[in-house]
This record gives sequence, structure tokens and C-alpha cells, in this order.
Amino acid sequence: MAHNQSSSLPPLDVQRAPEGGEVGAIQSGWRLALREFASNRLAVIGFAILIFFVLFSFVGPLIYHTNQLDTNLTSANLPPSGAHLLGTDTNGFDELGRIMKGGQAALEVGFFAAFVAIVIGTLWGAVSGLAGGIVDSVMMRVVDIFLSVPFLFVVLILAVKFGATVLSLSLVIGFFAWQVPARLVRGEVLTLRERDFVLAARTAGAGSWRLISRHLIPNALGVVIVNVTFQVADAILAVSYIGFLGFGLHFPNVDWGDQLSDGSNYLQDGYWWLIFPVGACIVLTVMALNFMGDALRDAMDVRLRRR
Amino acid sequence: MVSYLVRRLVTSVIVVVGVSIFIFLLLHAIYPSPARQVLGLSARPIQVAAWNKSNGYDDPVIVQYFRYVNNLLHGNLGYSYAENQSVFALLQERVARSAYLSGISLVFAVIIALPLGIFQAVKRNTIGDNVATSAAFILYSMPSFFLGLILIQVFAISLPIFNFEATQSTNFWTVVGDWHSMTLPIFTLALITVASFSRYMRSAAMDVLAQDYIKVARAKGLPERLILWRHLVRNASLPMVTLIGLSLPALLSGNLITEELFNFQGLGLLFFESLQKVDYPVLLAYTLAGAILVVVGNLIADIALTVADPRIRLA
Repeated sequence: MAHNQSSSLPPLDVQRAPEGGEVGAIQSGWRLALREFASNRLAVIGFAILIFFVLFSFVGPLIYHTNQLDTNLTSANLPPSGAHLLGTDTNGFDELGRIMKGGQAALEVGFFAAFVAIVIGTLWGAVSGLAGGIVDSVMMRVVDIFLSVPFLFVVLILAVKFGATVLSLSLVIGFFAWQVPARLVRGEVLTLRERDFVLAARTAGAGSWRLISRHLIPNALGVVIVNVTFQVADAILAVSYIGFLGFGLHFPNVDWGDQLSDGSNYLQDGYWWLIFPVGACIVLTVMALNFMGDALRDAMDVRLRRR
Repeated sequence: MVSYLVRRLVTSVIVVVGVSIFIFLLLHAIYPSPARQVLGLSARPIQVAAWNKSNGYDDPVIVQYFRYVNNLLHGNLGYSYAENQSVFALLQERVARSAYLSGISLVFAVIIALPLGIFQAVKRNTIGDNVATSAAFILYSMPSFFLGLILIQVFAISLPIFNFEATQSTNFWTVVGDWHSMTLPIFTLALITVASFSRYMRSAAMDVLAQDYIKVARAKGLPERLILWRHLVRNASLPMVTLIGLSLPALLSGNLITEELFNFQGLGLLFFESLQKVDYPVLLAYTLAGAILVVVGNLIADIALTVADPRIRLA
């Protein structure tokens, strides 16, 4: 019997043990993290929503053509209809087309600001964590100082001074958002620098810069990836606040916050299509990113546990 | 414990000094001198230079900085040429109203978030918990002005219960008593705060429930209600102390949006109007005040937690 069985078995590989227990394939930490992420339903939904909004904003206008440059006051404030799926706004622009364009700006600023914040923050935190001593104290005090300044106020002041373009808004938002990743990366580096691989690298003659770029930052990536997602969410919210107060992007660019601000003037007239669809888009995008961030945090825990 | 507090105090002072330097440099970079506002836009550069020299805007940055700090310590927050009043007078007129809005919203936020967190932990993974968590998540992802707009639509327009605009009265007690106009602004601010509180409250309460002393209390036969009251509420309230301290900056900027949306004559609306008029002295004095409030809030939160939690005190 055993002989027959063994001859019908496929050749031994790591997926099947001969007799006894099952042996799973050796999985690296990242694969495990990805699997953990994918098994979290909310995270997958969030990811799908995010992809939807990226396509909606960037590919949408290619399919649903609207004129966003010429005003048409005779067809201003029309309710949703066949010609204009979400109605028109005060200038006669198609509202759905405006939302798509606003989505472009929101996503661009969101991702770019997060990128700026992560790059500055990771480098600052890694250098601070590795250096230790006085340099570390001073660098962390600078972080504390920036964290104490009320974010919205100083960002608004700088937006007023430097004008609002996608680039300037991203830089200003990123410049006041890098402190959190700096703290997180510093914490990771403080733990990592006591590890054996750091000692080995130093013995092999690695300088500080090589240590940071080749060893410390790659191992701190888990924390960084989680934070990036939340940074994008926060940046999109920040842009919507700035836009709502009227200091965001102006014509011909469209800003979700600006749209809500315009629409709020017509709340009592009942022009709901100017207000609630845009607001829902902001909420859904930020929610999707928060779902993903939470799931990534759990997934990174799994990855660390399996090390 | 005393040495910890002393260290925290010293750090806070360093941070406040650092913040003042940062804000002064910001002020100096984007608004070097009010000469143009005083002399008028058609003033010639030589007149501007002469005015600067006679009023000390020509001095080295360090000298100007020390003069700025000296002014601050004497209560002089600068002068608003756009409003033709001292900044201090402008702020003083509105601070009571804004403090009321922030304070009462915080009180309501705590009243809602604390029992909610405990309820979520006790009834975890039931329908109630899931509904509350989803609601908190949606609120957390929502910009506060959108929440305000929804509340206005539902409670002021569709169901005419409250007013869509905050009270315009300048009398503090009228403001306090006017629930018809103030309820929506207060609840907009409160619900946004609840959203960020409840994420922590739920996990803090769940942590407490997993503790050994809860198991011992149950084994001793203590009724569930007493366990909740004597052990869970007291221990789960500790993170709330830190949260309150840390939510002060959010209240300040939340004020800005809420006051603009509901047209409430407070500090936030003053900041917004100054942005439009580009009145830098007011803007930067407000930012400095906000920063100092953040540092003080953190310090108070730390001290309060140390006092409230014997485990930290005796460590």
C-alpha cells in the first residue's frame, strides 16, 4: 500500500512532507505582510476605492468630456440631468467634470506632499537615531518645535504668501508633516542599531551613510510604509481645508475644498449636487487610505513577528 | 517624579524659545517692516528706508528678535495697521467667546467619548460596537466643514430645529445662553473631537478589560456593574487626560473652520479675516499663541497624568 502511494505521489518538494505534518513554503516577511494585508477585507476595499479614484480623476475626463474652461452662465446651477450627470455649478461648468479635475489636484498634492514629508522625515530620523548624543537631542528638539506650531495656521500663512500651486502646496504641507515620520524612524533606528547586522556592517568597514542607506532605512521601511498611507490621507484633508478657506488652487485648476466652499453658499437653495457628491469623494478617499493604513500596520506587525 | 517634571519643564521652555525664534524669523522673512502700510503704497524707497531706520527695523536680526521677546513679555503682541488697534486688544475682545466654544465642545466630546469607548469595549464585536466604530471612522475621515454642512442641512434646513448661523451677539452670557444658534457649531467641533478620541478610548478600555485585576475582581464575585464603575472607568479614563491635553491644538484650528462656517465672531474668524487682509502681525501673534498653547497643553497633560496615575508617580 505504502509503495503504491509513494509511487503516485508527485516528487517531493517543500510544499509536501513525506509523512507526518505539513510543511508550508518558506515565506519571507514581505510575502507574509502582503498576505495579511490582502486578507483584511476593509484594506482591499480601501485599495479598490483608491484605484477607482485614481482612474476616475485621471482617466475619467478622457471618457466623459466636459468643457472646464469656458463659462456658460445660461446653464448655471442646473440640477443633474442627462446632459450633465451631476448638474452644473455657478459658472456653468459640468459638476462631475469638476469633481474629476479636483480629484487630480487632490491626489497629486496628497502623494507629492507625502513624498516630501517621508523623504525629509526618514533621513532626519535615521541620522538623528544613528548619531545619538547631543546631535540627536538637538535634532529632536527641532522636531518638537515644528510639532508645536499649529499646522493649519502656518500652512495657511505660507499659502497666502507664496500663492497656491500644486507644487507650492505640496512643499508647504510636506514641510510641516515630516516631523512624525522623523520620530518614528528615529525610534526604529534606535532599536535597529543595537542589532548584530549593524555591528557586522561596521566591522566590515561601512561608514555611517552606507549604514543608513543600505541597512537601517530598508529595515525601518515597515514603519515608513504605514506612515506614508496616513500622510497621504492627512495631506488630502489639509488641501481640502486650505481650499475651503479659499486659499487653495484657483481657475483653471479645481480644488475639492474650493468646490465645497462655493457649494455651501447654495445650501439653503437646495442645490445638493454642488455639495454632497464632492464631500463624499473627500470622505471616501481619506477613508480608503485610512483603511489601508490600519491594515498595513497590522501586516507589518505580522512581518516583524515572523523575523 | 519631581526630576521628571523638572526635565519636562526645561524641555518645554526650550521648545517655547525655539518656537518664538521660528515664528519671529517667519515674520521677519515675509513681513520685514510695516513701513509700506504706514507710509502708504506710493512711498518712495528712501522714505521707507528712513522710516525703517528711525523705528528700528534696520537693526540686525538678533537685536530685533530680543526686542520682539521683550515686547512679548510685556504683553505687547504687535500692532495691526490694517485694524488700527494693538493685536492684544483685538485678541482680548474675542478670546472669551472662542474659549467658550472650544471649552464646551471639549466637555461634550469627553462626555460622549468616554462612555462610548467603554461601551464599545464591553460589548466588543457586537452590532453596537461595529456601528460605533464605523461611525467614528467615517467622522475621522471627514473634514470638519463637511460635517458642519451636513448638520446644517439636516438640523437647520430640512428639520428647522437649530439656526444655521452662530449667534452674532458680543455679550458673553448671551452667547452662552443662545442654544438655538450655538448648538450646531458646538456639536460640529465636539463630534470631530469624539472621532479622534474614540479610536484611542476603545483600545484603552479593551486593554484594561484584559488586565489580571479584572479577572480577579470577577473571580471574587464582584457584580459586573461594580467592576465597570470601580475598575474600568477609572483606569480607562487615564488616557483621556493625555488626549485632552493633546487635543488643544486641534480645538484651536477646529475653531478656525467652525467659526468661518457658522460666522461666529471669535478668534478663528479673526484669523480668517486677517488672512484675507494679509495682516501679518495678527496672523503671527495668533500662531505664536497657538504654539505656546500646544506646549502648555502637552505639559499639563503630562503633569495631570503623573498626578492621576500612581504607577507613574511611584515609578
